[in-house]
Formats: sequence, C-alpha cells, structure tokens
Amino acid sequence: MRNWRELAGDANRWLEDRLGLSALGRIAKKKEVPVHRHTIWYYLGGMTLFLFAIQVATGVLLLFYYRPSATEAYESVQFLMTDVQFGWLIRSVHSWASNLMILALFFHLFSVFLLRAYRPPRDLTWYTGMALFGIVLAFGFTGYLLPWNQLAFFATRVGTQIVGVVPWIGEGLLRIARGGDDVSGATLTRFYAIHAAVLPALIVILLGVHVYLVQRHGMSVPPDVEREGGSKRSLPFVPSFLLRDLVGWLAALAIVAALAAYFPAELGEKADPFAPAPAGIKPEWYFMFMFQTLKYLPAHILWIEGEVVGIAAFGIAALLLFLAPILGRPRRDGRPNHIITWIGVGIIVYMIVLTILGYTASPTA
Amino acid sequence: MAEESTGSESTRRRFVNWVLGTGAGGLALSVLYPAVRYIIPPEAAESTANTVTLAIAPEEITPNSGQIFRFGNRAGILIRTPDGDLRAFEAMCTHLDCIVQYRDDISRIWCACHNGHYDLNGINIQGPPPRPLQRFTVNVQEDRIVIGKES
Repeated sequence: MRNWRELAGDANRWLEDRLGLSALGRIAKKKEVPVHRHTIWYYLGGMTLFLFAIQVATGVLLLFYYRPSATEAYESVQFLMTDVQFGWLIRSVHSWASNLMILALFFHLFSVFLLRAYRPPRDLTWYTGMALFGIVLAFGFTGYLLPWNQLAFFATRVGTQIVGVVPWIGEGLLRIARGGDDVSGATLTRFYAIHAAVLPALIVILLGVHVYLVQRHGMSVPPDVEREGGSKRSLPFVPSFLLRDLVGWLAALAIVAALAAYFPAELGEKADPFAPAPAGIKPEWYFMFMFQTLKYLPAHILWIEGEVVGIAAFGIAALLLFLAPILGRPRRDGRPNHIITWIGVGIIVYMIVLTILGYTASPTA
Repeated sequence: MAEESTGSESTRRRFVNWVLGTGAGGLALSVLYPAVRYIIPPEAAESTANTVTLAIAPEEITPNSGQIFRFGNRAGILIRTPDGDLRAFEAMCTHLDCIVQYRDDISRIWCACHNGHYDLNGINIQGPPPRPLQRFTVNVQEDRIVIGKES
C-alpha cells in the first residue's frame, strides 16, 4: 500500500508532464526586488491587485441576488441588505474594497509617475496601466448606478451628459451610453452588462499584459537612486517580498472588514426620474474634483459653454499624464527633463484642493 | 526563364493575398456592422401630446412654492411666484440634465447638482447653467391646470 506522499508525488509528476509548471517556479526563483529608500512604493501594485481580487469574489456573490431592472434593482439590493444572511457584509465589502482599490490605484499611479518608472522600456507598462486606470474608473461609474437609488440616478444623468458635450459625436455617444435619450431602465441593463461582463473581460486581458510586462522588465529603480550607484541590496520575490505583500494584504482585509462592519454601504432612496435632484448630491470621492470644478465654471468662457471648457481641460490633463513616457524623455543633450513631472504635480495638487473644497464648501451657497 | 516564373508567381501571390485580405475585411465588417447597430438603441417615439392636464387643483399650489409634474416622458416644474402667478418650465437643468427644484428661501428655481440658479422667469442668473429653462404655457380652466408647449 503506497502512502499519500507517494500518491501526491505521482500526481505532481503527471501534472508536470502535461503542464510543465516548473518553468514558472524557475521564473519566480529568479525574480528579485531591489531594496532602496523608495521600495515601499513597490507594494502598491500588488495591493491594488489584491483589492481587485476581493471585488471579483464579492461581485460574483452579488450577482446571485441582484436583478438588473428599473422596477426590481433597488428592491433586490434592499432584500440582499436586510433578509439575506451576510448580504450586508458582501455588499459593504464590495463597496469599501472598491473605494480602497481606487485609492491604492491613485497612489500606485502617482508613485510610478513621480519615480519616473515609465521610462523606456517600461513605457508600454505605463500605457497599459493608464488604460487599466480608465477601466477601473468605468467600473466605479457603472457600478454606482446598479442599486438604482436617487444619488446614483442623478450622478449617472450628469456623468453621461458629460459625454454628450463632446462636439459632433456627443449626442450619438450619449444615446449609446444611456441606451436611449434619458437615463432609464435601458441604461441600467447597459451598465450592468458593461460592469459585469465587458469590463471584466477587458481588465483580465490588460491586467495580464501589465503583469507580464512587470515580470519581463523587473522593477524600475528610480533615477536618483541610480545616480547614487543603484540599489545595494535586493530581496528575492519568493518568498521574502511576497510574504511582506501578504502582511499588507491581511492588513487591508482587516481594514475592509472593519469599515464594512462599522459603516455598512447605504442604499438611500429609490431612483425617481420625476423628483428633483436632492440637495447635497455628490458623486463618489474620486470624481469629486471634477464635480466641484463643474460647479465653479461660469455658464460661458468666451463663447464656449463652461462645462465644455472644463471637460476639455480634464481630457487634456489625462492625455498629458498618459503621454508621460514621451513628454518626459531626456533633452537632446542628455539632461533630464522635468516638465511633465511639474505638470503632474500641478494635477495632483489641483485634484487634492478641489476634492477638499467639494467636501467643505456649502452645497447651496 | 526562372526570373519570369518568379515574377508571375509574385503577381499571383499578390492577387491571392488581395482576394483573401478583401474577403477577410468584408467578413469582419459584416460581423461588426450588426453588432455596432445593435448597441445603438432604437429611436423612442417622442410624446406627441402638446398639452397635459395636471391632477392638482390651482389652489393646492401655494404662493412661493413649486412642484414637479410629468409632461409625456419628461419632467416639468410648476411654480407659483410670491405674487401669486402660476408659471411652468421644463424641469431639466440646461447644464447637465438634473431635475431642478423651487427654493422658497430665495424664491428661485435651483439645481442641486452644480448649484445653478434660475429666476422666476426661468432665466439662468447664477452658476453654470448656460441657457434659460424652456417655458410652458399655463392655463387655469376652472379647477384644472392645463400645461402646454409654447408655440
């Protein structure tokens, strides 16, 4: 009688003959993470990925009860929150982890930006990262509508109307985004399909490319560390860096659990297309700086409508960030070029200031 | 001789590539076109009604107050000015589409989304709205209020 250890060995050999997974093990063994004073920022990508995994797991669970229609969506979420065992927990974790994921992503994006890790050959990694950032914001925007409450309804009206201000094709895009002329049940099913099928498919592909590129090129050592002669030490990814990652993930899980337990996700009032927008209406915090900007813009700037100018400015800012690898290229004489870094710092400061104003300025003044 | 046959072969190869490429392109288009058309929603029938009779009596709406009503598939706002005048406007903010409300503390029509203000004639006077609200006609017929599109 053979013992279980031999059986496991047989199974392992059988799998190895067919999958050849030991190649992955060899890659993992080779992977090293440079250690220097900026190493802490290397953890943010993994943190975002971990929070995304929570989103996948809780998102799938929410699908078991959620019904995507204008007459049933709100009630199905209400049922989930009040009657389903731990329904409140699953939804609250989904909501909180999404916010923390976007927070981690902001830190990841801007730390990579400020450490100039987008320099070739990691420029393609940066482009895929920016695309992932766009997808995550789209996840946030489409997911916000799904509970079909009053706040979400008006946030979606405003958010989709912003698409409508694009010259020439705006009106067509608006109808495609809304599934009709107004935000309605047709918009809800559309957003549901995008949130639960289209975006997940896109993100899996892009995330695969992004993570592959990170493996292929290794971690970027910041220019100032390189000037001082590069990093003196490095850490094997398996197990040393991964175990440190794990500590962060466990801490994040504890924070998400605590937030979900003490501040469960709210549902608010059911969406009513024939009720005024409630006073104090606001979007998710990561759209707050845009929202607040739209409040301050006058009706017209020169002959153009204020919001068109604002939205064009946001588009240009996003494009400048996206093009960082090109705009941040060294000058002809080889000296470093910091213009894009200063533009980026300006964007970050603007976002922080307007977000704070969004939460402190009186909504009725 | 050998060169000649290579030349005709490369022409033939070019031709075959062209036929295959055109065929593949046509196939891709014939698959994509229905998918794209499918995503564009069909035109909804616009409400053809030019008037709507409200379910509220004129005396139910007190001076310096307002209320939302349905006009076909759109929203309208009926207000009574502090002077007692009844007026009606389309309730969709001209900025970014939110539904406006009447604020009795400042006697203005107000949009909560981006703090847009309109006066009692629906004129945009403060904040981001770029245009006035579209005005409706109000007719009081005995105890009913009839709202109509302005011609």
